[in-house]
Amino acid sequence: MGKAGVYIHIPFCKSKCPYCAFFSKPGTSREQMLEYTDALCRDIKETTGSRSIEVDTVYFGGGTPTVMPDNALIRILNAVKDRFNVAENSEITVEANPGTVDSDRLIALRKSGFNRISFGVQSAQDSELRSLGRAHSFEKAREAILAAENAGFDNISCDLMIGTPYQTEKSLIQSVDALCSMPIVHISAYMLSIEKGTPFDCERIRSLSADSDMTAELYLSAVKRLEENGFEQYEISSFCKNGMRSRHNMKYWLRDDYYGLGASAHSFVGGVRYYYESDILSYIKDPKNCIRTEDNMPNELEEYTMLSLRTTDGLNVNRFAFLGGDSDRLAKLAAKLEKNDMGRLCNGVLRLTPKGFLVSNGIICSLLA
Amino acid sequence: MKRENIRNFCIIAHIDHGKSTLADRILEQTSAVALRDMEEQLLDNMDIERERGITIKARAVKMKYKADNGEEYIFNLIDTPGHVDFNYEVSRSLAACEGAVLVVDATQGIEAQTLANTYLAIEHDLEVMPVINKMDLPSADPERVCAEIENIIGIPAMDAPRISAKTGKNIHEVLEKIVTDIPAPKGDPDAPAKALIFDSVYDPYKGVIIYVRVMDGRIKVGDTIRLMATGAEFLTVEIGSMGATELVPTGVLCAGEVGYIAASIKYIGDTRVGDTVTTVENPCKEALPGYKKVNPMVFSGVYPADGAKYQDLRDALDKLALNDASLSFEPETSAALGFGFRCGFLGLLHMEIIQERLEREYNLDLITTAPSVVYKVTLTNGEVKFIDNPASYPDPVIISLAEEPVVKASIFTPSEYVGGIMELCQQRRGTFKDMKYLEENRVELHYDLPLNEIVYDFFDALKSRTKGYASFDYELTGYQASKLVKLDILLNGETVDALSFIVHADSAYSRGRRMAEKLKENIPRQMFEVPIQAAIGGKVIARETVKAYRKDVLAKCYGGDITRKKKLLEKQKEGKKRMRQLGTVEVPQEAFMSVLRLDD
Repeated sequence: MGKAGVYIHIPFCKSKCPYCAFFSKPGTSREQMLEYTDALCRDIKETTGSRSIEVDTVYFGGGTPTVMPDNALIRILNAVKDRFNVAENSEITVEANPGTVDSDRLIALRKSGFNRISFGVQSAQDSELRSLGRAHSFEKAREAILAAENAGFDNISCDLMIGTPYQTEKSLIQSVDALCSMPIVHISAYMLSIEKGTPFDCERIRSLSADSDMTAELYLSAVKRLEENGFEQYEISSFCKNGMRSRHNMKYWLRDDYYGLGASAHSFVGGVRYYYESDILSYIKDPKNCIRTEDNMPNELEEYTMLSLRTTDGLNVNRFAFLGGDSDRLAKLAAKLEKNDMGRLCNGVLRLTPKGFLVSNGIICSLLA
Repeated sequence: MKRENIRNFCIIAHIDHGKSTLADRILEQTSAVALRDMEEQLLDNMDIERERGITIKARAVKMKYKADNGEEYIFNLIDTPGHVDFNYEVSRSLAACEGAVLVVDATQGIEAQTLANTYLAIEHDLEVMPVINKMDLPSADPERVCAEIENIIGIPAMDAPRISAKTGKNIHEVLEKIVTDIPAPKGDPDAPAKALIFDSVYDPYKGVIIYVRVMDGRIKVGDTIRLMATGAEFLTVEIGSMGATELVPTGVLCAGEVGYIAASIKYIGDTRVGDTVTTVENPCKEALPGYKKVNPMVFSGVYPADGAKYQDLRDALDKLALNDASLSFEPETSAALGFGFRCGFLGLLHMEIIQERLEREYNLDLITTAPSVVYKVTLTNGEVKFIDNPASYPDPVIISLAEEPVVKASIFTPSEYVGGIMELCQQRRGTFKDMKYLEENRVELHYDLPLNEIVYDFFDALKSRTKGYASFDYELTGYQASKLVKLDILLNGETVDALSFIVHADSAYSRGRRMAEKLKENIPRQMFEVPIQAAIGGKVIARETVKAYRKDVLAKCYGGDITRKKKLLEKQKEGKKRMRQLGTVEVPQEAFMSVLRLDD
C-alpha cells in the first residue's frame, strides 16, 4: 500500500456554478475564511497528534481554494507540512478558477510549495462557458495557464466538461484541441451529470444538453481525440501526458488511506470511511465534533471491483476471487464484454474499454450480483 | 310458523341497479337488523363486493314481517351473485326460491344481466315481481321502463312498485307485494328429507356450514345426513336459520324453510352447491334435479413476484379455496417465473376477484400469465386431450383436430354504438346471429364468439367503444373446430414459457407483433441489446430489438463519492432483484403484465 494523501476542503467560491452539487458557499466574508483557516490548522494538529503520518500527496479542493487569501492557503499548507510527515517528492495540488488567479498569486503559490495546479476550464467555447455560469472566458483561462507555466508549474491539469448545454461534437473537439495545445499534462474530462436540486435540474437545461446516448457518443469522440493529442486515458475521466497521473486521485481508486480535512471532507483511514458534516460554522467551532462515520466496514470486494474497474490498470482476477468474487461469472461476462468491445481479459486482468467505461455501473452490478 | 306464511325469494338485477340497497332496506324495515348493526349493503360482506357493487357469494337471511293483513310472515331473502361467471350458483339459488324481485333502474331500463337473470328465474318457474328503482333521480322514466319490461320480458309491470331503495320510498309496497304475489313454498313435511345446498362457507370453529332450502321432510340436530352427489355422510351438530348478523340455532329445519347445517365437515369440496341433502335414516329416493359439477373455464398461471413467497401463496389459495369450491389450483413451474400455481376459474371476473383478494387480503405481489381457455385437441392416434396450459400444447404434427370453446354473447347497447361493436366482434372472430331493436334507440345484439377472444380484453374494448353504455353477457355453448397455433415469445433467442399462448392462426401475426412491441416498451434498455421475437413453431413472425443503453456511469468518483456510488450500485442491484432474470435478459414484472393488456 502506498503512503497516505491529505485532502483539504475549501468550501468557498466566488459564485456558485449552476451544475455544481459540491459543498461550497459563495460570498463568504474574509473574516470567516480566516476563522475557517484557524479551524483547519487546529484540526490538522488534532488529527495527527503525536503520530508521524507519512503522506506523499496533498490536495486543496473546493469550492475554489483560490478565493482564499494566499497567506491563508499557505498557512494551511505549512500546517500540513508541520504536522504530517510529507515526503520530499510529494504532489501538492491546488484547484483554481481561471478567473481568480493572476501572475503574482501563482508565483506565490508555487513558491510556497504547491507544484500542481488544476484549472476548471470546462470548455474552450465562450458561449458554452456562459451557459455553465462560469465567470471567465477561454482567453482568460489561457492566460491563467500560461501564467502558471511562467510561475514554474510544470504539472498543470484542466477540467473539461462533456455533454453540456449547446455543446456539439465539433465544439467539443475544438475544446479538446485548444486544451491540448496548452502547456498542460493532465485533463479531467467529465460527462455532465445533472444533480438533483441544482439550478441545472430543470427541463430547459435537459433539452439543451446532450441526452444519455449523445453524451456517450461525445465521450467516445473526446477520448479518441485526446489520445490523438498524446493524452493517455488512465481512468474513466482522467487523461495524462508522459505518465503524469494525478497521484492523489489514484489513492482513491487504489483504496490507499486519505485524510480529508475541512467541512464536508471525506476520509478513508484504517479501513473506515468517515466525513465531516457540511456545516462551516460547526466546523469552525469544533472540527472534531463534526465527524460522522460513513461506513466502518466497507465491503472490500465491492469497493475493489468498483474502483479498480475505473482505471485502465483494471481488475486483477486473482484478487477478485481472493476477495470472494465469482470468477465463473467474471469469465462469462468478460467473454460478452470482449464480443461487444467493452472490455478485455488479458493475463488475469480485466480492463474496460472506453465503451465499457460508459456502462461500468451495469458491469459492476453484473459482477457482484 | 305455518308453511303458508313463508316467502322464499331472491332479488335479481343488472349491476348497479340497486339490488343490494333494496336488500338493505328490506332488512331494515322488517327489523331483522338492529339499527346499530346496520352497515351499508349488509349482504355484500367482502370489501371487493362493496367496492365493485357486485355480489360474489350467495347469502341468505331470515326476516319476520307483520303484513297489513295482520299476519306475521317469514321472509327468506337469498341474495344471488349477479354475474355470468357464477351462473350455476345463481341457478341453484333461484332453485331455492319461489319468487324473484326484479329490480330495474328507472333511468337505465333493461340491461343484459336483467334479461339473463330474468330468463333464468322464469326457467326455474319463479314468480317474477318487477320493481322500478331509483325513482329519486330526475332522469327516472318509469313509463318507458315499464313498457320495456312488458314488451321485452313479457310480464305485467304497470302496477310494479316505483321505489327508491336509496331514500326508502315505497319499500312497504314491495314488502306487501312479496306477501301477495310470491307463492308460499310447497313440499311434504312428512316425506323423506330432501334439501338443496345453495351455498357453503367455511367457519374455523364449526367447519363447513352448508346453506340449504328444505324441499321435503325435516332435518334435525343429531340426524346423520348424506350428501347425495358425493355420498359423504356427517352427523349434524347445529341447525338453524340465518339472522342478519348471526346464525340462530333452531335445532330443526322443515319443508319450505331456509337455513344452515353444521356437521363438522372439513372440506368444502364435500359440499357441492346444487347437491341434495337427505338423512341416512330415511333417505329420499331421488336427488333434486339440476346438479352439476362446475368446471373452470379460464386458467392462468399465478406466481409470487418474490419467489420466497411461494408458501404464502399456497396458504392463501388454500384459505380461499375453503370458501370457494370452484377455485382449483395445482403447482406449476415456469423457467421464467419460478414456482407458482395453475389456477382454474369460472370466468374472467372470478379470476380477477381471486387475484385481487390474494393481493389485498393476503398482501401478495403476483405475476399472472395470460388467461387461457380449455382447448380440446384430438391427436392423430385418436386420443382427446383438454389443454388449459399453452406449455402443454401438443406438437402440431400430431394434432388431427383442434377445437376451442364458444360462447353465445348478448350485448345491449344504444343503437349509435352498433357499428363499433360489430367491428369489434368481427375482429374477435365473432359470428353475427341477430339484432333486435328493443326500442327506437336500443339494440340487443347476438354473436357467437370464441371464449378465447373475450378472455383478453373484450370487456375493456367494449366499454371504450361504447363509453361504458353497452352491457354484455355470455354463456358457454360448446366447442368448435378452429385453426389454432401456439405462439412463442423469445428473448435473446430463448423461449419464455410464461409468455406462450394459443391463438387463432389468423390473429397470430398481429398479436405476435403487438406482444413484441409491448415488450419492447416495457423491457428497459440493458447493457447488451435484447432481440424480441414472436414465433410459431420455428418460424419468426415478428421481431423487435431493445437497444443497448450506452451510458450509466458516474463520471466522477473521488474521495467523497465512493460511499454514495456504492449506495447507487446497491439501488441498481435492488432494481435488478425486482426483475426476472431470463437467461441474460432482465424483464420487469410490468412487462409480463403489459402483454396481458393488448388493447388496440
